[in-house]
Amino acid sequence: MRAQAEPQARDPILLMKGITKVYPNGLVANSDVTFEVRKGEIHALVGENGAGKTTLMKVLFGLEKPDEGNIFIKGEEVRITSPNDAIRFGVGMVHQHFMLAPSLTVAENIVLGAEPGKGIWFDRKQAERMCRELGEKYGLPIDPAARIRDVPVGIRQRVEILKALMRGSDILVLDEPTAVLTPQETEELFEALKSLKKMGHTIIFISHKLREVKELSDRVTVMRSGKVVGTSDTSQVTVEEISRMMVGRDVVLRALRPKAADGPSEVRLLVKNVDVVRDGTHVLKDVSLQVRTGEILGVAGVEGNGQVELVEVITGLSSCDKGEIWICGQDATGKSPGEIRDMGLSHIPQDRMVLGVASRASISENLISTRYNKQPVSNGFSLDIKAISKLGQELISRFDIKASSAQQPVGTLSGGNIQKVVIAREFSTGPQVIIANQPTRGIDIGATESAHKYLVEATEIGTAVLLVSADLTEVMSLSNRLIVMYEGQVVAYFDEAQGLDEEEIGLYMLGLKRQEPDEVIASMMGRPVE
Amino acid sequence: MRRNVGFELLRTGVAIAAALVIGFIVTSLVSESPVEAFGYFLKGPFTSIRRFGSFLEAAVPLTFTGLAVSLVFSAGQFNMGAEGQFFIGAVSATAAGILLDLPPVMHTIVCLAAGMIAGAIGGLIPGILKARWNASELVASLMLNYVFLKLGMYLITYHLRDPSAGALVSLPLKETSWLPQFTRNTKLHAGIFVMFLVVFLCYYFLYRTSRGYEARMTGQNISFARYSGVPVLTVMLLIQVLGGAVAGLGGAVEMLGIYRRFQWQTSPGYGFDGVIVAILARNNPLLVPVAAVFLAYLRIGADVMAMYADVSAEMVSIIQAVIILLVTAEAFLAGYRHRLTLKEVKQRASAS
Repeated sequence: MRAQAEPQARDPILLMKGITKVYPNGLVANSDVTFEVRKGEIHALVGENGAGKTTLMKVLFGLEKPDEGNIFIKGEEVRITSPNDAIRFGVGMVHQHFMLAPSLTVAENIVLGAEPGKGIWFDRKQAERMCRELGEKYGLPIDPAARIRDVPVGIRQRVEILKALMRGSDILVLDEPTAVLTPQETEELFEALKSLKKMGHTIIFISHKLREVKELSDRVTVMRSGKVVGTSDTSQVTVEEISRMMVGRDVVLRALRPKAADGPSEVRLLVKNVDVVRDGTHVLKDVSLQVRTGEILGVAGVEGNGQVELVEVITGLSSCDKGEIWICGQDATGKSPGEIRDMGLSHIPQDRMVLGVASRASISENLISTRYNKQPVSNGFSLDIKAISKLGQELISRFDIKASSAQQPVGTLSGGNIQKVVIAREFSTGPQVIIANQPTRGIDIGATESAHKYLVEATEIGTAVLLVSADLTEVMSLSNRLIVMYEGQVVAYFDEAQGLDEEEIGLYMLGLKRQEPDEVIASMMGRPVE
Repeated sequence: MRRNVGFELLRTGVAIAAALVIGFIVTSLVSESPVEAFGYFLKGPFTSIRRFGSFLEAAVPLTFTGLAVSLVFSAGQFNMGAEGQFFIGAVSATAAGILLDLPPVMHTIVCLAAGMIAGAIGGLIPGILKARWNASELVASLMLNYVFLKLGMYLITYHLRDPSAGALVSLPLKETSWLPQFTRNTKLHAGIFVMFLVVFLCYYFLYRTSRGYEARMTGQNISFARYSGVPVLTVMLLIQVLGGAVAGLGGAVEMLGIYRRFQWQTSPGYGFDGVIVAILARNNPLLVPVAAVFLAYLRIGADVMAMYADVSAEMVSIIQAVIILLVTAEAFLAGYRHRLTLKEVKQRASAS
């Protein structure tokens, strides 16, 4: 930090003073945090995941009760014990995961809880007019009559923002708003936020994408392991300086991309003409792909375009309605997750708390979940407790998991360390194929760095990697080859991921551009198989 | 972790204390001399050798059903069927004890096995319904209790009844099938060794075998188990069968150890008490006997009180209910625990 920003004449609209929050498992999420926001600024709150940004905002929004500290809004001390209080004090929040009713219309969602009308009657026309006017006023145009489930993620986010504005929020908190957006949608969001600022709204913008912070914010506060490291004018600091404050050391996130193999190589994973139908609609349609030994095939796409279903079908968590899946030359179609793992597949799941770990079980119990009936952990009947604890210790040190012992429950670790437990388990069984679905979502830069390193290392010993990520920079910098998914189909294939243009990929992600299906298949599968 | 275990012990202790206080208040409302009545309740089980014995005897079937429920609960499944499994296990042991002619030890073992198999079938049915058609095992096992009760009563009444006896009881079990009793004063019997063996086996199964690991992981997070390659449907089925076998064995042990004829007219209720035991023991097989002894103590104490004072034995249900409510309420003492955590964190921070 070059210099602490000079206090200006403007009063802080929000002051959170000495906030301490300890979670029941002993995790100190915020430790004596003081956070100040001025009226009419865009204030970026940055930090690695687990640094305590989200917790601080949950305290502000009344979702978490702080153990210590006070909150002042417009100079007056307030007690916020529920989101209703927060809304009353003019604080609005747009969560990472949208909280909308998918079957209701845009207008219905926006006015929910403050419906116009008489008595028990709901005035739909009035509601739609209000919403349209609101959208126009703030430069966030929407179609009030559309149903939420039919509109893209970018619009849903707009609805969330309008919903907060409708309730009279003048302090707007956005928790990692760009994580799910395409580059184009991000641009539009930024324009809207800037115009909101002009109208006098105050915006708190949580992110760990520093380029965006630099572009958008007036001031930036950096948090690290539950504490505030510093606050300064964004123009006064470089991206490198901010990232050093976040991590506590210099970080260089380089593109590590494995070396492309020369000539033909063995196909480890083959997906052929796979269809998945859910509730009468195709969530996967005629999807084909192949991943060869020693390479990373990236899957780009806005979330919810079939990536989850693709991973589920390959890993055996659900079955496909048509098509075939082959792993290392063995037919894996319709096999159980256990049988597929026995063919040499590892899987880093998108949602580690749901699929990746049993959070109340110990680290070592989580580490053996894919080999609990194999040597040396078990003789097929009874477990070898000594071998388990040895394996636990070995993997904890090899994968640098920060824990007090292998007996510690996984749920008490930080997000990055939980992901390391998953990675340690999945990489240490000598997999032939790794399916990595959003392997670095929500983890800190340090853990991201090592996750990338392990993926590339695995390819060096011949493992085939399918990398699914909504983080375009990640897929583009790690993959050898790249496909783009849109509405359950592979709409583009690039034989060489290096040097591609992000904007162009964005067009494919939005479905504005697509390659001919035959062309996609021919260029991907056309190369000689085996 | 140590802090957790200590806290859970404290929580259970406070819950019991609170329940006893409430029990005493209720006693004072209904009794002329509440202090005396409550004295009988607390001291009752220790007032004679016979009572002390009957209090330990009562812990044996509770341990079996507690284990049966704990096993199934550990895998995240429900088991309300221990009642019927225990009952049908006792009926099967009775049948084997009456109909077969075998040398002494052999006969006992065959009878126990008969009880076990009958109980296992009682677990298999809800297990299959769940694994195959995703039918709620809670409902299926609960309803099956009636099926087994009526089936058992049918077998006793029409095929095993002693026509010369005045009441509806079975023919006497052959002496070769009995589990020996230790003393004249009490009915403490060799079944207690079987019980300890089963306690150990359940613990070993859950914490030291691959299958047990599968079951526990399925209970902790079924999506995680499936993702890891655990055959969760097989696990659900297996655990119901094992739970049923343990409950059925419990019924057989009770029959061969305590009774000489089958004389229950209705299900004795150990199955549902098994749920209470499992909850108190937090599904840990090693704690199940402790919880069972505690529950048996409450029961016998209440009986003694009912005998000597003007308070009925049902008062114990109030105490039980309060304990269960407080132990299962996640938020009970959560505030105290949070302050502990906060203090510890601060100490750690100032130490570093």
